[in-house]
Amino acid sequence: MLVYIIRRSLQSLLVLVAMSLLVFAGVYAIGNPVDILINPQAEQLERERAIAELGLDRPLPEQYATFIRGALSGDLGRSFVHSTPALSLIVERMPATLELATAAMLIAVLLGIPLGLWAGVKPDSAGGRAIMAGSILGFSLPTFWVGLMLIMVFSVMLGWLPSNGRGPTSELLGVPVSFLSLEGWRHLALPATNLALFKLALLIRLTRAGTREALLQDYVKFARAKGLSNARVILVHVLSNILIPIVTVIGLEFGSVIAFAIVTESVFAWPGMGKLLIDSINTLDRPVIVAYLLVIVAIFIVINLAVDILYSVLDPRVRLAEAKG
Amino acid sequence: MSAPAGPRGMAGDRAGESPAARIAADFLANPVAVFGLVLLGCIVLLAVIAPLVSPQDPYDLAQLDIVDARLPPGSVSGSGGTFWLGTDDQGRDMLSAILYGLRISLAVGAISTFLALLIGLTLGLLAAYLGGRVETLAMRVVDIQLSFPAILIALILIAVLGQGTGKVIAALVTIQWAYYARTVRGAALVERRKEYVEAARCLALPPLRIVFRHLLPNCLPPLIVVATVQVAAAIALEATLSFLGLGLPITEPSLGLLIANGYQYLLSGKYWISFFPGIALLLTIVSINLVADQLRDVLNPRLQR
Repeated sequence: MLVYIIRRSLQSLLVLVAMSLLVFAGVYAIGNPVDILINPQAEQLERERAIAELGLDRPLPEQYATFIRGALSGDLGRSFVHSTPALSLIVERMPATLELATAAMLIAVLLGIPLGLWAGVKPDSAGGRAIMAGSILGFSLPTFWVGLMLIMVFSVMLGWLPSNGRGPTSELLGVPVSFLSLEGWRHLALPATNLALFKLALLIRLTRAGTREALLQDYVKFARAKGLSNARVILVHVLSNILIPIVTVIGLEFGSVIAFAIVTESVFAWPGMGKLLIDSINTLDRPVIVAYLLVIVAIFIVINLAVDILYSVLDPRVRLAEAKG
Repeated sequence: MSAPAGPRGMAGDRAGESPAARIAADFLANPVAVFGLVLLGCIVLLAVIAPLVSPQDPYDLAQLDIVDARLPPGSVSGSGGTFWLGTDDQGRDMLSAILYGLRISLAVGAISTFLALLIGLTLGLLAAYLGGRVETLAMRVVDIQLSFPAILIALILIAVLGQGTGKVIAALVTIQWAYYARTVRGAALVERRKEYVEAARCLALPPLRIVFRHLLPNCLPPLIVVATVQVAAAIALEATLSFLGLGLPITEPSLGLLIANGYQYLLSGKYWISFFPGIALLLTIVSINLVADQLRDVLNPRLQR
């Protein structure tokens, strides 16, 4: 097990190095790095000083080494727009994104698994068909448009919920959060629902497909032959067998929720990392873009690693296959 | 679609029926899927003949009148025509703008899917057939790429490459090829061990001919399903990028751009500028997904009784 974790960690490190090379190549090598890294509004003298300071006149491998040294010590450059270190800007925005992503994931899991089980057990009933039709709709609705429609109905027409921002935040262990106050919940409701819809549809379909395949298996027939109640067969035998892939997907999808929050945050003006990225792309604030990409890649690699390890803990067969291969 | 060659020997084979006829019959058995197919056909047709059926050419400035700006659906214009879906901030008929936008959205989706299919299919087949280093390298790249969500890769590429129609298509192709490569490799690995491939090898046929004439047709069913889903995904992703202001330029107004255009008027209750292009986008994606869903069930041997 320890060997497996060490090997997987080394693989992850390799991916991170590869991605840093890609981002470096993208930002420093393609196009003119002077235009990318130095504020275009700077004066000529200022530009020359900055070129020398950033070492842009030195060979590429040396520049990469400087870039990595900076990244390792947490220095990913300063934002042109905010004039603060890019990394601290992102870290500042991270709690808002994580709060939104967690709320969305909770909605998706708490509704998705029961609905998917129902649709899987009774695929031909009216309820089962309605759930599946709903999930196709959930897959097909573009996130940004659903967000607009939520604003239109609940903010403009009904006037029940606020359409933008995070509302007042309160401190929890020094981190600003929304979910401690009613007003915070009201601000969280629409964006979290918006972000949850796609994952809800995914979980419904995954649970349904797993249930349908599990119901044909011998162990289910055996459990029924033993005379177990329907509820017990489904909630104990079927559910525990389909839970492994579902847990994996929930883990992996958490990362994708953070990425998709880019869209939801833009629609609802939620002050998270995603909105920061879009604002930075629009204002050509390159150091922030680079910092965001490296941070999100690191988050993804950590999540993938955690899920893989969790998977091998949950399902011993995976570990055995890995050890052989 | 032509019938896949080679022995299939599925339990679901009914006597005297070709696989294509069986698949068609199974597909038509689901009225919802047929509805999706008909809807999709209508949408594609409308997009193709948009210049013939649109009430006005929305990008001919001579036909626009600023007096008609932001009229609600059903209003009558100064020159006598009716704006069934209202007008945008420049007095443009929304119905015409949507029909033209549909053309652009569908074209971008179809072109990027086709290019990605070509690249993914070739690499996936070659990886499965050749094995060794080629396979390891290609599949590692696929693994890494598929562990990141599409929207993130698209944003990285747009941030690095810059904006423009060609770059959006390049981003969509870069995202999609991996899905095809993985799917076709999986199918080809199974097919490669079958006897007809061995027979072809014994006949000393050239490898490229074995790969493309014998392996490929038998790997098509899962690929068709993935390609259908991916067209819808590509259209949705392009719309999202355009909405965020990072997609197509203002000269190529796709549905996403139309929706973004109406965003600022939404809060003052002028819903139609964003609402109707969204409905068009939604209907397109739903109809493609309905077709894909049924194709998945029809082409999946595990669900055949």
